[in-house]
Amino acid sequence: MIEIINVSKSFDGHKELDNLNLNIKTGESTVIIGRSGCGKSVLLKHIIGLLKPDSGHVLIDGKDITRMDEKELSAVRLKFGMLFQGAALFDSLNILENVGFALIEHTNTPRADIIKRVKESLTLVGLKDIEYKKPAELSGGMRKRVGLARAILVRPEIMLYDEPTTGVDPIMGDSINDLIIKLHTKLNVTSIAVTHDMISAYKIADRVAMLYNGKIVADGTPDEIKNTKDPIVRQFITGAGTGPITEGIDFEHLV
Amino acid sequence: MLRDLAKLIGKRFVEFVRYGGGASILLGETLFWIPMPPMRRKQIFEQMSKIGVDSLPIVSLISLFTGMVLALQSAYQMQKISAEIYIAGLVALSMVRELGPVLTALIVAGRIGASITAEVGTMKVTEQIDALETLATNPVKYLVVPRFLALVIMIPLLTLYADVIGGLGGYLIGVHKLNITHAMYMKMTWKALKYKDVYTGLIKSVFFAVIICIVACYEGMRAEGGAEGVGRATTSSVVTSFILIIASDCFFTALFYFLT
Repeated sequence: MIEIINVSKSFDGHKELDNLNLNIKTGESTVIIGRSGCGKSVLLKHIIGLLKPDSGHVLIDGKDITRMDEKELSAVRLKFGMLFQGAALFDSLNILENVGFALIEHTNTPRADIIKRVKESLTLVGLKDIEYKKPAELSGGMRKRVGLARAILVRPEIMLYDEPTTGVDPIMGDSINDLIIKLHTKLNVTSIAVTHDMISAYKIADRVAMLYNGKIVADGTPDEIKNTKDPIVRQFITGAGTGPITEGIDFEHLV
Repeated sequence: MLRDLAKLIGKRFVEFVRYGGGASILLGETLFWIPMPPMRRKQIFEQMSKIGVDSLPIVSLISLFTGMVLALQSAYQMQKISAEIYIAGLVALSMVRELGPVLTALIVAGRIGASITAEVGTMKVTEQIDALETLATNPVKYLVVPRFLALVIMIPLLTLYADVIGGLGGYLIGVHKLNITHAMYMKMTWKALKYKDVYTGLIKSVFFAVIICIVACYEGMRAEGGAEGVGRATTSSVVTSFILIIASDCFFTALFYFLT
């Protein structure tokens, strides 16, 4: 269970998260939607403790990670796997060292076992025979898959996805969606994804929450969100140019 | 107008204090993580090779020419009073006490400091540093400590090397151009040099290594705004290192002067 309680965070005087509350149940697949730059990634980084809130608490299985020291936080982080927007593979390491990073760093696992585990992880995301390539030699979609393989290597209990389908073509995007669903059911993980891609959101979510002006303004099943009457949510999910979100913003000069 | 000026000065002062604080915290964290296992020998040796071995050609070239220029420039005056034999001591002392440590530090700050900032900065803006943390790995331990140790070991060694090559430059001019005999040149060199000259130079070089590492890594770790941000951080890293090296050199020279 992940509980986000009254979390606020500002950058340079701008409030990204404003007294935000959200609970995510174990085993649930939650998608947080919202416009680009609305603070979705910031929220995700609070959940894994990469950012500390100005005020408020983030509880993972009842333990407040905002008050933990480095050592405790490291232990909690091993419960997580995170797929970054640009995959964030380590350029200087090959795919084997990237995917096997956690095992190489934190365990004394023999090299042969690491290679076996890395191959299993790569197979799970539909890749093979790339262990000794460098990240720069791979396409965007492949890098995301490798990022996913790295995140699932240590069998996390919670998976975080930051814009999983951004920057890849629609077909690759859909296969990443399928992968997320497969991992969710096969590994039985709690999934939290942030995205502005509604096709992806409807496909992978048990529950959709919308972040707007630093707060969760809507929260429900994909069907409830689809049929909502809330004008803000409606404008976002239909992608309309005019509505309450863009009120006062003049796009005319762009045309 | 006056208010704007006060605001600007205040802002710059706050930035300065924030920078100093941030860099000091990074230094503290680095020192904290150094004794913690695992010892990343492979990474440290890689960095040592990059910093030390790969810098040898440029350090050789610059030290040799500096030694030669020092000898030639001083000969210009010394010849007037027929005191050319003192050139040996002058070159040796200038290299060992001052130019060896400072020139080596400036070369490494430009060559290695810039590359560290660019590398760490790119890792920061592409979220690789965040990724390290999500994999329960401390970025200071993983990225800064190996570079810190490599710099602190290699810069004094490079400095010693620069001292010798600079002396050789002076020797070439002294013996082959100014007709000082080999024996006389060597004698005058050893006569002028004291152990203190060498170790004060080396102490300085260790501090320069700390400055280069902390400034380069700190600039990289606070880089933001894509490629442009990394470029800005890299420039700032080199400029800040240069200023701090020269300023601390002045400070240490004064300190050693009054202490001994």
